[in-house]
Amino acid sequence: MNLSPELHHERARRLSRRWFLKDSTVALGGIALADLMMRDGHAAASKSPTTPKEPHFPAKAKRVIYLFQAGAPSHLELFDYKPELVKRSGQLPPAELLKNYRAAFIKPNSALLGPKFKFNKYGRCGMEISEVLPHIGSIADDMCLIRTMQTEAVNHAPAQIMMNTGSQNFGRPSFGAWTLYGLGSQGEDLPGYVVLTSAKGTSGGASNYGPGFLPTSYGGVPFRATGDPVLYLSNPKGYDDETQRASLDTLRKLNESALEESGDPETAARIQNYEMAYRLQSSAPELMDIASEPQHVLDMYGIKDPKQPSYARNCLLSRRLIERGVRFVQLFHEAWDQHSNLLKGVQSNARDTDQASAALVKDLKQRGLLDDTLVVWGGEFGRTPMVQGGNDGRDHHNRSFTFWLAGGGTKRGHVHGETDDLGFNVATDPVHVNDLNATLLHLLGFDHKRLTYRFQGLDFRLTGIAGNVVDGIVA
Amino acid sequence: MPTHVLPRLSSIALMALSPAFLARAAEPVNYNRDIQPLLAEHCFHCHGKDESGRKGKLRLDDRELALKGGKEEGPAIVPGQPDKSPLIARIASHDKDEVMPPPKENKPVKSEDVEKLRRWIAEGAVYGKHWAFEAPVKPPLDSAAKPAEWKDSTNAIDTLVGAKLQASGLHPSPKADAATLCRRLYLDLVGLLPSPQDVDAFKQASAQNPSGAVAALVDRLMNDRRFGEKWSRHWLDAARYADSNGYEKDLPREQWAWRDWVINAVNRDMPYDQFLVEQIAGDLLPNRSKSQLIATGFLRNGMINEEGAIVPEQFRMEGMFDRLDAIGSGIFGLSVKCAQCHTHKFDPLAHSEYYGMFAFLNNTYEAQSWVYSDEQDKKISDIKAGIAAVEERLKKQQPDWQQRMAAWEAAQVAFQNKTQWSVVEAEDLHSSSELNHPTTLPDKSILTLGHRTISGDVHTIASPKVEKATGVRLEILKHDDLPFGGPGRSFKGTWALTELVVEAKKPGSDKYEKIKLAKATADFAEPAHPMEAEWENLSRDKEHKRTCGPAAFLADGDDKTAWRADHGVGRRNTESVAVAQFEAPLTLPEGTKLKIALVTNHGGDDNGPKNTQIGRFRIALTTSPDPKVNHTPYAAVLAMQTPADKRTPQQKAELFAAWRASVPELKAFNDKIDALWKQFPEAVTSVLHLAERKGQDVRETHLLDRGGWDKPKDKIAPHVPAALHPLPKDAPMNRLTFAKWVADSRSPLTARVEVNRVWQVIFGVGIQETAEDFGTRSPEPSNQALLDWLAVDFMEHGWSRKHLIRSIVTAAAYQQSSRTTPELLEKDPKNRLLARGPRFRAEAEVVRDIELSAAGLLSSKFGGPSVFPPVPASVLEYNYFKPTYWKIAEGPDRYCRSLYVFRKRSMPDPTMSAFDAPNGDFTCPRRVRSNSPLAALTSLNETVFIEAAQALALRVLKEGGKTDAERADYAFRVCTGRNAKPGERNEILKLIASRRQRIAEGWLPVRDLTTGNAEKLPALPPGTTPQDAAAWTIAARVLLNLDETLCKS
Repeated sequence: MNLSPELHHERARRLSRRWFLKDSTVALGGIALADLMMRDGHAAASKSPTTPKEPHFPAKAKRVIYLFQAGAPSHLELFDYKPELVKRSGQLPPAELLKNYRAAFIKPNSALLGPKFKFNKYGRCGMEISEVLPHIGSIADDMCLIRTMQTEAVNHAPAQIMMNTGSQNFGRPSFGAWTLYGLGSQGEDLPGYVVLTSAKGTSGGASNYGPGFLPTSYGGVPFRATGDPVLYLSNPKGYDDETQRASLDTLRKLNESALEESGDPETAARIQNYEMAYRLQSSAPELMDIASEPQHVLDMYGIKDPKQPSYARNCLLSRRLIERGVRFVQLFHEAWDQHSNLLKGVQSNARDTDQASAALVKDLKQRGLLDDTLVVWGGEFGRTPMVQGGNDGRDHHNRSFTFWLAGGGTKRGHVHGETDDLGFNVATDPVHVNDLNATLLHLLGFDHKRLTYRFQGLDFRLTGIAGNVVDGIVA
Repeated sequence: MPTHVLPRLSSIALMALSPAFLARAAEPVNYNRDIQPLLAEHCFHCHGKDESGRKGKLRLDDRELALKGGKEEGPAIVPGQPDKSPLIARIASHDKDEVMPPPKENKPVKSEDVEKLRRWIAEGAVYGKHWAFEAPVKPPLDSAAKPAEWKDSTNAIDTLVGAKLQASGLHPSPKADAATLCRRLYLDLVGLLPSPQDVDAFKQASAQNPSGAVAALVDRLMNDRRFGEKWSRHWLDAARYADSNGYEKDLPREQWAWRDWVINAVNRDMPYDQFLVEQIAGDLLPNRSKSQLIATGFLRNGMINEEGAIVPEQFRMEGMFDRLDAIGSGIFGLSVKCAQCHTHKFDPLAHSEYYGMFAFLNNTYEAQSWVYSDEQDKKISDIKAGIAAVEERLKKQQPDWQQRMAAWEAAQVAFQNKTQWSVVEAEDLHSSSELNHPTTLPDKSILTLGHRTISGDVHTIASPKVEKATGVRLEILKHDDLPFGGPGRSFKGTWALTELVVEAKKPGSDKYEKIKLAKATADFAEPAHPMEAEWENLSRDKEHKRTCGPAAFLADGDDKTAWRADHGVGRRNTESVAVAQFEAPLTLPEGTKLKIALVTNHGGDDNGPKNTQIGRFRIALTTSPDPKVNHTPYAAVLAMQTPADKRTPQQKAELFAAWRASVPELKAFNDKIDALWKQFPEAVTSVLHLAERKGQDVRETHLLDRGGWDKPKDKIAPHVPAALHPLPKDAPMNRLTFAKWVADSRSPLTARVEVNRVWQVIFGVGIQETAEDFGTRSPEPSNQALLDWLAVDFMEHGWSRKHLIRSIVTAAAYQQSSRTTPELLEKDPKNRLLARGPRFRAEAEVVRDIELSAAGLLSSKFGGPSVFPPVPASVLEYNYFKPTYWKIAEGPDRYCRSLYVFRKRSMPDPTMSAFDAPNGDFTCPRRVRSNSPLAALTSLNETVFIEAAQALALRVLKEGGKTDAERADYAFRVCTGRNAKPGERNEILKLIASRRQRIAEGWLPVRDLTTGNAEKLPALPPGTTPQDAAAWTIAARVLLNLDETLCKS
């Protein structure tokens, strides 16, 4: 305890740095190696495993906002208008379509069901989008619509895990975790990967945003709409800030004394993490306080009560998060499983999400953030052109469904791929989950085949052993 | 800009951080160590064992084949002549069309590695089997190589660790001081803190006789039952234990009986080989005990998908893959997953061999059985003895009982034969909600698994084989894939049938018309009564109008009434039958379709466990007049169908019970027996376990094309990978043989992996760092001689984990000071060589247990159900199904050991996961260890941690002395085991003084601080004030967050 606090800090800093691989030396292929070093405490004693890193090649997108529409939205009601389906509503689908086909619930041989809504042409590009999504329609010229998404899974939990981690097996890192692993975070005071939820919990649960086998620090951190925005952010009852600061000062001095004794770089990292926790105690509430946003911004997102949890609030929060250097924000809105009540369910979901999703894109654009922020909208699969139940429901369908992207180096006012006349199969330009993820990583500056992590003797990657970059959606 | 302490490290230099790599240039090239990893990294992907991806027909993983070469260039390797070996020419080529691996693989071979390969070929290109596939042999111990500091040690670990240290030019650290060592031993052996008094006692003993003190403490702690709680946790990681089913529904399960089994096995030091055999095939052991059946819960710890509309077989297969992974990574240290889809690219495991192992495990039911406590077991055996005694008396009193029973049976058979039944074969099976996809079994019965449906139907569409029908029979049958054998799917294996609906579609019609059912009879039914509270369903029956009772209820068209036949506790998991007559005989002209639906509307809330679906049933039609059943229990009727000499004791008992119950004059006996049954206890819990399939359920195994569950190819017989040890000759090809093979002392991996697991727990990193992977691409172990010595010694000592752990913690290497220096950090950053003692943040469970034991809050709960910890509402809300059963523990259970904290898979416990505990989705042989601000927030502010600070404050006030200085010393000792240095004491006192001041000034609410409740003060130790408690609570929170408190050092 003889050293001055400054000297202690310097010692802690040096110890940290000693084992940290300076970013400049982390060559492209070296990321995995650097991370192997970080798997245990010693290298975690570096500044942080989420210190910014350079991707494989210059990136078009520097950050991601992923609006995950859990439950599987109906492409046929929202983005993929099929006049033929209108015409043949009530008829059985052609038998050849159903060969080797499996929906989840229904007998494949169920009658076709026409879309519940009219579609309009939006923007200069004339993109055809449902009348229930007028706000998303208004950003058509900034959107890249992919009508030909495909996945293998046909049940919610495995399909959500597939979409978010590239595998139907639990235990793989989520896309956000891979992004953080590859790029690190830009902010000092907030986690690099933040998760915001509305509606209910998702089928895939915490694995949708987990770190998988990557170090824990790469996992998504939920920021919660009620209670502490970050778990255990508030001090215990009775503590004022002065007491918290005094407590942490004492803790730091005692830990510095221990560091002097043990020489353990992990102690140095722990000292820094308590300080970061303290900063988070002020930065997170500040972030969540959207009442400070001007009224016209709240109006643009359609936020009536800034304190009330909602998808719209989460959209605005996601913009605030990336402004503060958060690398990856993911919204989960579990509401789209319209086996029945299709008409009203989709209407109500559109009311909850349409305006805010569009406002986010507009807001980013106004702030000059859209160019290097990738916005992704989509769910785990689509819905059957065939009816489920009476005449107001659709089952799970994995042969074709729609995603849209905006910003981050994607084409604008562009529609990629076509489905067949019934919106059943992909007709041209299929985009498998792995292709989408390969492309998203490409936009972030990564060769998806080289962003790997050695686990159980294998070099794992987000795209498994598949995936091709879809040039058609890259600007 | 800060200056760099070290020069920038290139990635080559980083490789050199592997210390064993340092001074090796002059040694001959070693295939396993130097060459095999290079070939695996750069070549085997296309030129390895896997035929499907092989390029140019060239194999480099086998010397003979590499020398023979591929289709084009002839030999790839010419031993002794690197310049004539195309292998070298191709990897060293600068021509992008020539160079190997192809540039698109992005795996160029480094020039020094090319040099290594040249040397290897020059030295003869000698291949070797990967070390981990050769059985371990005890290496010779060279005491001369031991550092002087350890010359008195007789522990082989010190000799082997010492040799590595000597070779690396490092010296051992001095022995840790007694306080540190005492705390280290407590944390390692029981996962809890010693009290300051424990530390003092050890210090005193240690001053007298250092090694004797350690030996005595180790003995004492190993005999403490808390040893099993600490060490079972590490197996639970590998065994992917959790308290919920996972996937979307993530419903709770009861599996703690298996956890208790592990705790007890560890405490009893069950030999590890036996530990494995019982867990993989305990059910098949001769005269298996209850506990051996519970042990097989191991492979059932995996996830279960119950999402609506799933195909259960798809997720059973996923579960099978998961079981193979648990055995592969958790027991063998091999990642077998690749071979699920194709032959392993790097390790010697063929696609077919994967399914060979799969075949040993595949013929099992997904069984669930009741687990009774020992007292209940005693009571049950008393009841059974009581029943047997009454039956003996009955037989004595009725000496002609055998003749009478035979006559009765003959009459029964005659009655049954009056009605001939034609079994209905399903052409199509569905549920109207489509939540279920039932399947037909060979005997045409129908089995429903998967989603547990509260309300809805299962129906079969069929073309009847009779031209008219007078009635329909519904057999309700058991099956071991159902809970407790069923026949129902409820949490008790029971059912309730709301309605049996028969509809017919006449030829030419496109509409099903409902057929009116008249009289319905059943072998058994409960008297009519309202559904009990446990089946309450507020969304479907707010007014509690649902009743259950006689068979007539299944045909009354009322969805509020149901036929139910629960024979009561102990007898409820049994078959039933009902027959309903058509109001008018039904004519069934050819082309008629029948739709027969079993409708259920009597399930309770909670999203599944309280469903009342029938798990297995069979439908038949009859043309006989006036079809009906009598009250002979259907289990007895079924038993009669087995020839008398082939009947099981169970069948004989069913028959005897049915006969005596049918005889009015035996009423007194029957009443006595019924009274005894009424005393039968409800089981304390149940367990998911394995059971061998039999009869029509026997399952074949097929190789799955690309691992696709619905793409079976060739039939595969059970067999084991050729690269591992062989099966015993002439052993039956069953799961028990497989289990014994897994635990065989000839296994090159089983013992190594277990000793490595133990080593990893104690030193923070295994001798083989990748505890989950000992395969050809794993990094070199830090000390293979040590690993092998420990593995062989482990087996020589009866696979005793206590012996192993004792060997380790009594070694000088373990007892070193963990203090490190810049020099040591530079030479051996991860402490693989052990020139210092272990120091790292304790695992999640131990962190929380440290806090609770420092606070004096830890409960004495030992074994039993999991406990619901306080969790923020926002965490509970974010579930697909909100866990309404989450009743936060108050009272002592709240402070149970973390081992017992409920693990809900889709909602990882926020405290445990902040400190890297796995959530049990899959086997976790090695945890990552993070160090994050979120963990800091957790230990500062989580509810139990806050309560620990409040309690520690009171403990310090009570036990720590009268002055703040004495208390500071005491509190510091409680948390860290050592005395505070003066500077440290001063910091604590400064905080206390400033807090007292601030409290006095009225800034800080004393009640909130000390109890979290503005209305309440804690029970204060005599002579202390609320202000004392408040100030000390603040200081206690700091002390509980010390790096030294959270770490083992």
